[in-house]
Amino acid sequence: MQQIPKEMFQPASVDLSEAEKISKPSLSFWKDVSIRFRKNKLAMFGLVLLIILIFMAIFGPMMTPYDYRTNDLMNTNQPPSAEHWFGTDELGRDIFARTWYGARISLFIGVAAALIDLFIGVLWGGFAGFRGGRTDEVMMRIADILWAIPYLLLVILLMVVLEQGLGTMILAMTITGWINMARIVRGQVLQLKNQEYVLAAQTLGASTARIMFKHLIPNTMGPILVTMTLTVPSAIFTEAFLSYLGLGVPQPLASWGTMASDGVQALQYYPWRLFFPATMICLTIFAFNVVGDGLRDALDPRLRK
Amino acid sequence: MLKYIGRRLLYMLLSLFLIITATFFLMRAAPGGPFSGEKQLPPEIEKNLNEFYGLDRPWYEQYFDYLISIAQWDFGPSFKYKGQTVNDLINNGFPVSFFLGMEALFIAVGLGILLGIIAALNHNKWQDYGAMVFAVMGISVPSFIMASFLQYVLAIKLGLFPVARWESFMHSVLPALALATTPMAFIARLTRSSMLEVLSNDYIRTAKAKGLSKFQITVRHTIRNALLPVVSYLGPLSAQILTGSFVIEKIFGIPGLGSHFVLSISNRDYTTIMGVTVFYGIILLSAMLLVDIAYGLIDPRIKLAGGKKGE
Repeated sequence: MQQIPKEMFQPASVDLSEAEKISKPSLSFWKDVSIRFRKNKLAMFGLVLLIILIFMAIFGPMMTPYDYRTNDLMNTNQPPSAEHWFGTDELGRDIFARTWYGARISLFIGVAAALIDLFIGVLWGGFAGFRGGRTDEVMMRIADILWAIPYLLLVILLMVVLEQGLGTMILAMTITGWINMARIVRGQVLQLKNQEYVLAAQTLGASTARIMFKHLIPNTMGPILVTMTLTVPSAIFTEAFLSYLGLGVPQPLASWGTMASDGVQALQYYPWRLFFPATMICLTIFAFNVVGDGLRDALDPRLRK
Repeated sequence: MLKYIGRRLLYMLLSLFLIITATFFLMRAAPGGPFSGEKQLPPEIEKNLNEFYGLDRPWYEQYFDYLISIAQWDFGPSFKYKGQTVNDLINNGFPVSFFLGMEALFIAVGLGILLGIIAALNHNKWQDYGAMVFAVMGISVPSFIMASFLQYVLAIKLGLFPVARWESFMHSVLPALALATTPMAFIARLTRSSMLEVLSNDYIRTAKAKGLSKFQITVRHTIRNALLPVVSYLGPLSAQILTGSFVIEKIFGIPGLGSHFVLSISNRDYTTIMGVTVFYGIILLSAMLLVDIAYGLIDPRIKLAGGKKGE
């Protein structure tokens, strides 16, 4: 074995203060999430798409001199041209204006449904989870039984009976739509309520409401956000589905669903009348789905595959 | 197990009762009587009609009669088509819808699982990305838009399939494909993530260490366990295919129960809407129950709710 002279050795001086030094700036949870989200190319693409869609929903109708409801019977069923960018429909209405006006209605339905689901779901699920025991048992049984009712059947039934319109549609969608949110919130609250910080807050005399809204709900924001993002596309889908059954928003209001279901009738001769609203429906659902998936992965990297 | 089934059956009956009750009262609250149409009926005839259908009696008698007739599998008359009952509609239309739904189910489950397995076995390779991009697109395209797309491109422009109607097997291919797209994409994603989870288990490493071939590991050890979530998805899947068929049957002009249902909605034929809704409710709840029981039988790891904890 080779002899190594002693001079070659040097004491490795350990500077104890170095070990304690934080070399990277500390990241808050949401900063961390945002970094992970931005690394996800597909999710970022969805986000950009979403921003463009929302931008067009706000400013699109202003970009054309035509409005969504003016008939022009001399120019019916025109193909896309410099004059009418997306063509015209059977009453000569400009499809470009109608598409972006419809974007407002479709997006509004989606976001409103998601917000109402959030409101009821968080209250119901949060209360059931926090109380636990019998209250929880009864509340979740009620939710289970409602949950078993086929969603679209119930929505159709309500739309048949009630007066058609935006409010009715949102009501029909949220009447059992909140259950999913309630289940997720309850599951989270059940996990969190036994943590030490809740005990600490209780010891300090914090009220139940304060613990719920200051400590528990903020910590379940992640799953809530993901569920909301995924509720929007499903509401937009339901709106279009109802329009196909003739239960959509009444004329002359335009939503993507009513435009697409009108377009289907004329598919063979005037395909652009279906093409534009249908593409917007697909792009929006795609964007929300991808952003939702991206958020889920970013919030909980362990789940990522 | 028996206790579990009994409990589930009880909840199912409760949900069903809720559906029937809600349907009954919603339809009563609907604007316009069953015989209000363009032509005003002479009062004597309307009175006779009301008497014939028992509409002159108090609501609770009508309600209990309705419950009893449902229990006897009688869904009542159609008020718009004289001489036709809802049972006739179901008997004519449901076999067609069932055939279409089954075809869609086979396509969705078969192709979905295949895609998911290919993606998981080639994790983070191009096959994986390809399959998952395909799946995200499949989820984003609603079935009715897919139907119009397939109809326009494959039937009208290329003439490969008949455009509409219900005459031969070829007529059923496009509607079944359109119905199957979204569930297929869902199943592909589900299979992939559950395959990946199973593949990271210790017993897969053991199997590899024993020197089993990749084929044997995949078929005997991975797929069998990875398919459990897919089984539990079959319940929602049947609901999705069933409700999807409303619009698909309308687009392709298929004389199934779905298109009867849509027609009765646009005619405001309240008794038919009521009867078909209750029928769909029964079908779907039974499907969910069957799936739950099957899941309990297949997967011995889960202790069914109803058994005691820690057993």
